[in-house]
Amino acid sequence: MLLALHAPDGFLSAPVAFATAFISVVIVGAALRQSGRELKDKQVPLAGIAAAFIFAAQMFNFPVASGTTGHLLGGALAAILLGPATGALVVTIVVVVQALLFADGGLSALGYNVLNMAIVTSFGGYAVFLLARKLMPRNAGGIVGAAGLAAAASVVLSAMAFSVEWLFGATAPIDFDNVFTAMVGVHLLIGVGEGLISALAIGAVLASRPDLVYGVRDLKRSTFADRTPVPMRTFVAGGILAAVVMATVVSQFAVDSPDGLETVAEDTGFADQATDHALDSSIFADYATTGVANESVSLAIAGFSGGAISLAVGYGLFLTMGPRRRSESRETATV
Amino acid sequence: MAGAHRHLLLHTDSPLHRIAPEAKIVGTFLFAVGVALTPRRAVWAFAIDAVVVLSLLAIAGYRPRQALTRFAAVLPFVAFAVFIPFIAGGDKTDLFGLSLSTEGLWASWNVIAKSVLGTGASLILAGTTPISEVVRGLGRLRMPPIVVSIVAFMFRYLDLIVEEMGRMRVAMTARGHDPRWLWQAKPIASAAGAMFVRSYERGERVHSAMLARGFSGTMPQMEHEPASPTDWARSLTPPVVSISLALVALIIL
Amino acid sequence: MHSTANSLTVTDLSFAYPNGHEVLDGLSLSVHSGERVALLGPNGAGKTTFALHLNGVLELQRGSINVNDIPLNEENLGEIRRRVGMVFQNADDQLFMPSVREDVAFGPANLGLDKAQQAERVAEALAAVDASDFAERTPHHLSGGEKRRVAIATVLAMHPDLLVLDEPTSGLDPAGRRELTNLLKSLPLTQLIITHDLPLALELCPRSVIISGGRVVADGPTEELLSDTQLLAQHRLELPYGFSPVVAGPAT
Ligand SMILES: Nc1ncnc2c1ncn2[C@@H]1O[C@H](COP(=O)(O)OP(=O)(O)OP(=O)(O)O)[C@@H](O)[C@H]1O
Ligand SMILES: [Mg+2]
Repeated sequence: MLLALHAPDGFLSAPVAFATAFISVVIVGAALRQSGRELKDKQVPLAGIAAAFIFAAQMFNFPVASGTTGHLLGGALAAILLGPATGALVVTIVVVVQALLFADGGLSALGYNVLNMAIVTSFGGYAVFLLARKLMPRNAGGIVGAAGLAAAASVVLSAMAFSVEWLFGATAPIDFDNVFTAMVGVHLLIGVGEGLISALAIGAVLASRPDLVYGVRDLKRSTFADRTPVPMRTFVAGGILAAVVMATVVSQFAVDSPDGLETVAEDTGFADQATDHALDSSIFADYATTGVANESVSLAIAGFSGGAISLAVGYGLFLTMGPRRRSESRETATV
Repeated sequence: MAGAHRHLLLHTDSPLHRIAPEAKIVGTFLFAVGVALTPRRAVWAFAIDAVVVLSLLAIAGYRPRQALTRFAAVLPFVAFAVFIPFIAGGDKTDLFGLSLSTEGLWASWNVIAKSVLGTGASLILAGTTPISEVVRGLGRLRMPPIVVSIVAFMFRYLDLIVEEMGRMRVAMTARGHDPRWLWQAKPIASAAGAMFVRSYERGERVHSAMLARGFSGTMPQMEHEPASPTDWARSLTPPVVSISLALVALIIL
Repeated sequence: MHSTANSLTVTDLSFAYPNGHEVLDGLSLSVHSGERVALLGPNGAGKTTFALHLNGVLELQRGSINVNDIPLNEENLGEIRRRVGMVFQNADDQLFMPSVREDVAFGPANLGLDKAQQAERVAEALAAVDASDFAERTPHHLSGGEKRRVAIATVLAMHPDLLVLDEPTSGLDPAGRRELTNLLKSLPLTQLIITHDLPLALELCPRSVIISGGRVVADGPTEELLSDTQLLAQHRLELPYGFSPVVAGPAT
């Protein structure tokens, strides 16, 4: 996929790179403290092996449509299996190592790559998972469905997070709305794949070792005995339906905006900038490009998506790190 | 499938191989930060950074072809940058008979220049530092022990898992499975789930093996020589160059 | 029999996995100091499960285990783990550190030895298995035979009294198998060798024990057990085509 979320160097402006790096360090630090409490000595090798699994899963291409393939991000999957804090930590490690040693994604882009690919997907995905579980039946089918929704939503949340960052750190005169629509649109498609793969993967783990799934610690083993297999067709139909609904909602924002946004951008934002070379070449020049150009619309959408992301991430953070800690019952059954 | 992710170590010796890993990791990061700070129009600054990267690649022992193939692996990540001039707004420039956004062209250049330089930096680190050294370097940089252990275990089992996935792929293909559409992906997904269970159970066995050798919860800290001042001086030279260039460019442009 | 010379005494050991699967059913066995004993039995007999008990990786459910007259319990767990060296069925499960040197040093470090002593143990253990050359290599990139030797070094470095090897020759080529056999012969330690390789048992171990269905079904001189075709057939054991234990001769 062209728009894999491993963003290269220089994709967003330097201030946004620094700001996101700061945010990521703070959140990963908190996740680290949390998973330090959660991981018994036994689970450190397990977390390492899960990191290897996510790393490998990101190479696992799945077909999207004839000829096109996508690959798993794995954030929501990791969060459901390991818990959001450990999940975020593990995916962060994967993303950092990929940038450092394999040049997958830029080193100076790590701030936003970690934020979008590890933090938003794990905490956001886990929040959606818990919400979706409330709506689904308390059996294996319900869990698998909730996992699928969560994983699909995590990819879309990730794309939305990127778009919001673009609003503040655009490096080219492309309207926020266009970036938003394109990013979210493409990632809806990837999200359907991510959702399906994650759901089936969780299903496979539930079938043989339900004790390994953090996200169902509160359920009894017998719950999973009730396995009504969901036909693949229903799955795909459901996924596509969800995608269409989301796409309609998203495109609504683009349609609502006055046409000729680009003209507006040209007239206001870039007309000024083109004449002002000193500003143009400074690292801060990019800061205000599109955001100011079409203030009202951008802000509305930014408010919406920023709100959605922060709500999801915040909810995930709250659930795992807040005072409402659940009792530990995760010691696995064997050995 | 796994090709691009194989570790890229050059099995030769060079002055760069001998520098302590923690110094190299810090140097690589700071160099990339310096490049990222450089304003896009300071083409000369990127040119000097490029000379630094090319010299270090040569010192590390990369042959030109080898370096090129490895650079090619990042193409998919910058491919999007090529489209920016077509979709961006602003003033237009005529290039090869196409009317392209001037700002978009600069943005495109910005991404490509910075990621090529960043990739170069990461190739130099990866080419001269064995994984075990990287893990040790992280430990010496006072990364939390839990992170260092996770990284160590991840590397230890990555190749095994990738190979196992590859074998599962082959086994599926051998039985005529050639998925083209999303709804044919079920075997892959179930395989991924099975892989997870297998990896996890392996983790349990590894834990048993650790217990059997007296593991009591904390990984023993392995001693090794700390980076010498010379190592630090050498590793920090490239970032000093890239950051100074960025500052000069910011002031004079 | 003088119980003082017993390196290992297992009495009436029973065990069920948490999923209810009963694997060991009243297993009793004793091994003298300095003895080399082969543990034979079909797939799923419970050999690995038994071995995992010997240094307390699996918790005792019923029965007792004594190593050099020290009972296995919560209190003595550390001491028992030092005394019993386990070489796992799959070397990849055993070698988890980034380099061979660190992997071999892992046990001694856990014993609380200082760096100099650790280095000494590492050098000595690697020399014993003829693997000094791979000290700096990554375990993953070793061949199967090399991995197996390094896995043995990781436990030798702890100076165990009893070495338990789970299928040490599986996956080795004939030359690798030969090297391993010579290595085991050269180690002056009490050894319990779990194997499907009956000629190996004959060559290395004067005594064999057959486990089937979670209990000991036969215990005697290897040559005798391997000549009893009916016994072998009963427990899904087979000699390689054309192999005769009488012609090959017993262990020395
Ligand atoms: N973690 C586990 N949970 C449940 N059952 C298990 C577990 N591990 C092993 N078993 C079962 O216990 C039985 C004995 O297994 P074990 O591995 O001890 O056999 P083995 O004699 O070593 O066989 P092999 O020769 O194939 O290695 C088998 O039926 C196996 O399926
Ligand atoms: Mg076994």
